[in-house]
Amino acid sequence: MSSALVPLLVLLPLIGAAVTLILGRYPRLQIVISVSALTLVTAAAAVLLAVVDHSGEPVVVRVGGWEPPFGIVLVVDRLSAIMVVVSALMLLGVLVFAVGQGIADRDRDTPVSIFHPTYLILSAGLFDAFIAGDLFNMYVGFEMLLAASYVLLTLGGTGSRIRAGVTYVVVSLVSSLLFLGAIALIYGATGTVTMALLSERIRALPLDVQMILCVALLIGFAVKAAVFPLSFWLPDSYPTAPAPVTAVFAGLLTKVGVYAIIRTDRLLFFDVPLMVPLLIVGGLTMLIGILGALAQADVKRLLSFTLVSHIGYMIFGVAIGTELAMGATIYYIVHHIAVQTALFLVVGLIERVGGSTSITRLGGLLKKAPFVAALFFIGALNLGGIPPFSGFLGKVGLFEAGAQSPSPLVYALLAAGAITSLLTLYALMRVWNMAFWRPKAEVEGYESPLIESLQESPETTNGTATGVATATRNSALMTGATTGLIAITVALTVFAGPLFGLTQRAAVNVVTPEVYVESVFPGGTP
Amino acid sequence: MSASLTLVVLMAIMYGTGVYVMLERSLTRILIGFLLVGNATNLLIFLMSGRAGSAPIVPGGEVAADTVDPLPQVLMLTAIVINFGVTAFILALIYRSWWLSNLGDEGDDVMSDEEKEEAIEAENADELQASLESDDTAVLEVLDEDEDHGDDDGPPATPEPSERERDVMR
Repeated sequence: MSSALVPLLVLLPLIGAAVTLILGRYPRLQIVISVSALTLVTAAAAVLLAVVDHSGEPVVVRVGGWEPPFGIVLVVDRLSAIMVVVSALMLLGVLVFAVGQGIADRDRDTPVSIFHPTYLILSAGLFDAFIAGDLFNMYVGFEMLLAASYVLLTLGGTGSRIRAGVTYVVVSLVSSLLFLGAIALIYGATGTVTMALLSERIRALPLDVQMILCVALLIGFAVKAAVFPLSFWLPDSYPTAPAPVTAVFAGLLTKVGVYAIIRTDRLLFFDVPLMVPLLIVGGLTMLIGILGALAQADVKRLLSFTLVSHIGYMIFGVAIGTELAMGATIYYIVHHIAVQTALFLVVGLIERVGGSTSITRLGGLLKKAPFVAALFFIGALNLGGIPPFSGFLGKVGLFEAGAQSPSPLVYALLAAGAITSLLTLYALMRVWNMAFWRPKAEVEGYESPLIESLQESPETTNGTATGVATATRNSALMTGATTGLIAITVALTVFAGPLFGLTQRAAVNVVTPEVYVESVFPGGTP
Repeated sequence: MSASLTLVVLMAIMYGTGVYVMLERSLTRILIGFLLVGNATNLLIFLMSGRAGSAPIVPGGEVAADTVDPLPQVLMLTAIVINFGVTAFILALIYRSWWLSNLGDEGDDVMSDEEKEEAIEAENADELQASLESDDTAVLEVLDEDEDHGDDDGPPATPEPSERERDVMR
């Protein structure tokens, strides 16, 4: 029964995309269809998570009835199920936000008729990448979500978006080609792309060959996950997109890369000794990312830099690679997806209330929009790792795992992690002090409401939604969606105990690939 | 596994030139570079299917030891389709970026040649319509006058049809 749900994760959004494309002239019907498609996917994913967690065995679907080494398998284990549930929830929340924004703006800015189909294709690609049982299917999932993301990023085709889009598209293309080349090499070395079979066959290869294959794959994924030396594209491209699009990109697209790194590192290449390079790269990602964030005046760019920086924590967890570390990493991924998406939506609200996203222009928002201020405050404390929020719990888990496998480098990383956490808090509190706490009268160049509106008008020409914001208000749907996502981040804190148990069980599956292999090949590998 | 040296050399050249061209600033060159590197990757996948000259798989046929491996071909085909789609998107991106850099945001309000023609045609059509309507009213006025005369004179209001028109009526 439960195996029938697995293809639905990809099929429902795809069918929804086709229908919404046909119904391009009926925006209301489009909204109904895309919201219900994502709701159904969320429900299906939740059921799958319950089933998989209860039985402890992955659900395997042989697409088209072909046996694994020849056909495609879809595998939902605990890790995939957790990722699918969280991302489906986020996608749904952001979709509601986008609908609210569309209604509030009366669709002036964006051609919404293509927004819904593209958004659903992005979801389908995302879910496909999470449940893919072979490398090539994962590549196809990546390409689906990337192609959709190119369209979403350049939505409306304004100058700044096209410029940002070019960087993003070219970088993504290169990383995809690296991924594809790595798949070709792996196929040449082992004669298969099914991950369960690769898990056995790669171990039989000489270690140096394993190393080359592993690094080739990792570089492709690291570009997507924005790991340090390959992360410069991210803060330049994400912030120009419309607020809901940035939220989805920030929350989910980099995490697919991290998910892929976990899969390849633990399932395929667990013999390859990559701990030291991964630790160094993870530490640099943390520090350089957060130092970049400190230098930013634009809240969206600042958040993009914290996004890069916190990817470092996940790489740190993957590098240590013990059961506890993996559990903490998965918990941290869940936390970070939720909190980053929510914060970007809050910035979307700030942009509309304050008319800008630059902290040099914002001020007095606490008085003007106390509710938005409360949402931002909770999200910021959470991301900054203040106890008792989930950001703190995730970091405690990671640090504990680090302390259990001691070496000088790990201790250096722990210090870097603590500093990064503090600096994140500092960066976000700067936003809080400037945008919310300081009175409007202290904003530079402020003289009277009339002159203020004149000064803000040049922003309308820069092509982003900033200009619209001076006149718009937040609809109830937008505030509701953001509140819902912030509530999820709080729930991650409240239910941290059971959730940590779940991610710990997921980590057991990840660390011992035998379960995965046996579920795909019940009678032993060919 | 043995592979054809020609293809390996070709692939290497395509990778090299592709990466070189991609490093240019111009978007069109980046696209050309992407096409070269993409097809070099396709060749790489193809090389993984073994040496040339092996028999393909046919339905109902025997599978011998030297039958060619069909999976890389499938992977390649998928990759080609994906590259094709992405290329189309990049072309649209290049066109849009050219449009913006040459005309700016105001360019969106500039009419293209076709639109201009259409606008002119529409104008002409309006004029034609107006002239037709004025002709109609003129004819109607004449007819009305004729009817007025007809009441006085007795003979039918419409003039006698000519010989030819009668033929047509039959």
